[in-house]
Amino acid sequence: MAVTSNWCRCTSCHAGYGWKDKNFDFNKVENIDCLVCHDTTGTYKKFPTDCGYPPLKDKVFAGKKLFKAVNLSFVAQHVGPSTRESCGKCHFYSGGGDGVKRGDIDSTLIAPDKKLDVHMDAKGLNFTCATCHTTTAHEIDGRHYDTPAPGGLALAFPKYEGHRVRCESCHGLRPHRPKQKLFDWRLVKLNDHTDRVACQTCHIPLYARGRPTNIYWDWSTAGQFKDGKPIVKMGPLGRPVYHSKKGTLKWGRDLVPVYRWYNGTYSYILPGEKVEAGPEPIEIIKPNGSPTDPKARIFPFKPHLGKQPYDPVNKTLIIPKLFGPKGSGAFWADHDWKAAAAAGMAAAGLPFSGEVTFVKTIYYHALSHMVAPKEDALKCGACHIRKGGRLADISGVYLPGRDRVPELDKIGATLCLIALCLVTIHGLARIILAFKK
Amino acid sequence: MAQKLYLYSRFERFWHWSQAALIIFLLLTGFEIHGSLEIFGYEKAYLYHVYAGVALVILTAFAIFWHLTTGAWRHYWPVKEKIPQICYYYVIGIFRGEPHPFEKRPDQKLNPLQRLAYIFLKLILFPLQFITAFLLLTYQWWSYLGIEATFRKVALWHTAGAFAFLFFLIIHTYLTTTGRPWYNHIRGMILGWEEV
Repeated sequence: MAVTSNWCRCTSCHAGYGWKDKNFDFNKVENIDCLVCHDTTGTYKKFPTDCGYPPLKDKVFAGKKLFKAVNLSFVAQHVGPSTRESCGKCHFYSGGGDGVKRGDIDSTLIAPDKKLDVHMDAKGLNFTCATCHTTTAHEIDGRHYDTPAPGGLALAFPKYEGHRVRCESCHGLRPHRPKQKLFDWRLVKLNDHTDRVACQTCHIPLYARGRPTNIYWDWSTAGQFKDGKPIVKMGPLGRPVYHSKKGTLKWGRDLVPVYRWYNGTYSYILPGEKVEAGPEPIEIIKPNGSPTDPKARIFPFKPHLGKQPYDPVNKTLIIPKLFGPKGSGAFWADHDWKAAAAAGMAAAGLPFSGEVTFVKTIYYHALSHMVAPKEDALKCGACHIRKGGRLADISGVYLPGRDRVPELDKIGATLCLIALCLVTIHGLARIILAFKK
Repeated sequence: MAQKLYLYSRFERFWHWSQAALIIFLLLTGFEIHGSLEIFGYEKAYLYHVYAGVALVILTAFAIFWHLTTGAWRHYWPVKEKIPQICYYYVIGIFRGEPHPFEKRPDQKLNPLQRLAYIFLKLILFPLQFITAFLLLTYQWWSYLGIEATFRKVALWHTAGAFAFLFFLIIHTYLTTTGRPWYNHIRGMILGWEEV
């Protein structure tokens, strides 16, 4: 699933003011939408299917939701710094709805309490997104994609101003400091973890703590109708578990992350890249890193599983056309995967064999938001435990409490047990002899 | 006629019993950190283990000073005499009511087997545990200290040392009951006076 061929639907967020086809020019200043970030009135809203344009007269979306005409001069007279709400207009709703894609950001962050986000706590520190996602001449620091956050030196010193996106930028590399005592061994030990364990691992104990997030998306079942009418079946979390346009969906709340070695970069399957479909899901986006990589640390992720269209002849993932008018091949209008694949792949300039199957896919989404207050951070025993710990799958480190060399334990325990048996027999013999006398 | 000897001075008894308590506590907390036991919870077990370890190091420092200044270290100097006889005693003689072949005196409190066991403890096991413990606590500084080791290996040696201590504790505790009457050695280590 991609923006390509679905521009006018996706580009209400995927930035581009009027990005309606592949000829869009990203270098043109007038193609940048200033107001979407800098509106402070809350009245600047883009129409979902208008290629990134706001409605200039009252319009109804999908027969239900009214989008009022935006008063551009009013908005323009009330511009200001970005807020949680203005960033959230897109980022909280990524994946097509509140909390769908991310799992660590959703609309509850507009006014969160301390429990939900210790930094954004509306009655406390009240951070905006830009407090951490610092900008230099409109270039916003992000953590992932092709530009990992600045390296270890990016502390919050004046000379590094403009790069504050890492936890360490403000908290340093040994972040736990005693409040009253001069020295606290517990904190020393916690600080020792920062070489191999990212802050997020302990301090984001669960994700989807605000709204439910989507954890499984099976496109292969999309396109079913009942009496010619689309089906929308709601699940217990108030989210659809089946949707004619989208397929079968699973949702979760307060979920335990999965943990991977991560050096700040990802590997991606690129459009047109050949991938073998096997029993294991295809890793569309996976974190790079290994225990031998000095830059890699253990990091929490939201795994997102799905089933999506695949070209079994060319062995490529298919970019389908989902959005468009009837007859355009768009799946949401014509409900035909082959036509949608042909239209989408043609728009992407990629070959398509005419065959469509569905393959299991997975991608990993790094979790960095909704940092819990310290009392909710993971305790030692969450990982330092023989079985079933959070880091049960992490290899390459000796984790006390989890790891051991079974042979050594066996030899040690056997020798001690033999000693115990010997002294017991010896002692019993002495007792019996003493009674005989 | 039983004769009472003052064998263990006040410091020696204090040292012995506090060391015993610390080692038992270190075994409990240590094996919890190792994942074999569940008593205090991992965090507390870890902290208690470190504190008790530091306490044991301090105690040992005092004990070393005491042994050197009083000359008590000579009690641990290994001797060859009577080792076979003592082995025979524990395997057979003790059941026949024979007397212990070794005669305790204030100037030789420890029998040759004890000397061997304790000197092994003091020269091998204690240093092994202290050095590996120091390394485990300071693994972040290894690169600055020029130490080349892997955390896993050091942890393994520390665990092996712990098993050795447990093994010693079992045998040692049992042997303290082999006096006549059975609590004679234990009483001696508590009160200082032992009947011989």
